[in-house]
Amino acid sequence: MTFEAVSYESIPHVLVSGIAISLLCSAVGLFLVLRKFSLFGDALAHSAFGGVAFGLFIGIYPLWIACAVAILSALGLTKIRQKFDISSDAIVAILLATGLGAGIILVSMSDDLEIHDIEEFLFGSAIIDTQNVITILAMAGAILAILFFTYKKLLYSTFSEEQAKASGISVDKMSYLLITIAGVTVIISMQMVGVLLISALFVLPNVSAMLYARSFKQTMMLSMCFAVSATVSGIFISYQFDIAQSGCIVLVAAAIFIGSLVVKGSGLVKTTGILAKRA
Amino acid sequence: MLLTFYRFINNLGVNFIMIVDIKKLSVDYSGIKALDDISFGIAKGDFLGIIGPNGAGKSTLFRCMLGLHTQYDGTIKFFDQDIRDSRKYLSQVGFVPQKPVVDRNFPATIREVLSMSQNSSDPKKVDEALQKVWMHELADRRIGDLSVGQQQRVFIAKALVNSPKILVLDEPITGIDQYNQDLFFQILGELNTKEKISIIWSSHDLDAVERLANKVACLNQTLFFHGVSKDFFSDDEMLKKYSETSMQMHMHHH
Repeated sequence: MTFEAVSYESIPHVLVSGIAISLLCSAVGLFLVLRKFSLFGDALAHSAFGGVAFGLFIGIYPLWIACAVAILSALGLTKIRQKFDISSDAIVAILLATGLGAGIILVSMSDDLEIHDIEEFLFGSAIIDTQNVITILAMAGAILAILFFTYKKLLYSTFSEEQAKASGISVDKMSYLLITIAGVTVIISMQMVGVLLISALFVLPNVSAMLYARSFKQTMMLSMCFAVSATVSGIFISYQFDIAQSGCIVLVAAAIFIGSLVVKGSGLVKTTGILAKRA
Repeated sequence: MLLTFYRFINNLGVNFIMIVDIKKLSVDYSGIKALDDISFGIAKGDFLGIIGPNGAGKSTLFRCMLGLHTQYDGTIKFFDQDIRDSRKYLSQVGFVPQKPVVDRNFPATIREVLSMSQNSSDPKKVDEALQKVWMHELADRRIGDLSVGQQQRVFIAKALVNSPKILVLDEPITGIDQYNQDLFFQILGELNTKEKISIIWSSHDLDAVERLANKVACLNQTLFFHGVSKDFFSDDEMLKKYSETSMQMHMHHH
């Protein structure tokens, strides 16, 4: 198994992509965390893995196949959940296991599949070319713009489904929009952090921010700061110590979370976050 | 003066500006009737108290009116337009739910809660709405930090942000302490008399309904009374019938 550390030449590309991905994951992740859907990113990534394996198997650029598979399966399962009243955590488990299962079968069926290609999607890659950077920036910009124009409706649907519906918001459409956005976010982030670690970027910065922030806007800004700090520090640690980049990013994000808990628990910062409620 | 005159005319049963017009509304949940052939109207300035025991169909009625439940027979018109044809009427309806379910850790201030909407909310309107419910000083507090009574006042303010013509309140005082209940009633009274907002309000509290509402609809799957509040509360037969029905429903549910 080969894990990639960041090389000197790739630092500018990785940094630019990493910052864009961090901003995107923390913004999209906040809505998922608030909807108690923290593992949904993980489930999307695993179903995308099935798509990646299928793409590699049939020889089509795997990320587009993965994107279609992740979004369609998530939308399909959401529709089933609404119709048959299945719980959200069960849907996450189904999506996660089915995607991974399909991926494993396709990998085992293919004799000429490069194991390195699969590893790249599982654990992330430290090599991102200029074309990929442009794609990541364009997609991240588009998704952040969509979020900017729809966040009030998305937030209202997240806060109270019943009240949002009663005010005329199409809550189902908002859910589908969020799923689609999360699916695309997973796909463009997968190259860097990998299928197995992606949910960390959705969840850790947001949970850390929620410990301190009083408002939604504060939470969003603080979460973005934490995510960018984790990514930039993770990339430099990876380069400095020649260790896997995705693992470094996630561990720095986890360290920020633990540090936030310690600072908050020690009472050095007084806000009205999660800990204050439990005090 | 004008409002008193209007109410006098209105109490005579002459509804010149109808806000809501419900005709032959029936709802069936898997063969069990939740509402059966309900017809009534709400005119501008009406304060209609909907009373009825648990399971009488009050929440179902509200869900139908707000477009949350669409499987029904009959027609519901808001501002003379069938709600099946358009959902635009909802921008003129303020809804206050039963005891609000707010996640204590939800990171949103009161001001942010009021700004979440279908249309972008003017900050001035947000402040005005908060002043009407005496919550403007707490505007930057997190919604989860408030008591249930305070949260419910925030939800009235939220319902008022878009200057609605009618407020729909589904048992809004359940679980609220007496102090906040009194504030709540005062706010509703002022909104109805000063702002001339029509109100439809379901409640178990007959005393409060008698005090505040000028009209009463008594519901128990069917509508067995709809009219002027004073007529209902001065009719011993009617009150006896209501309390017997409530008792039957109570025993049925236990």
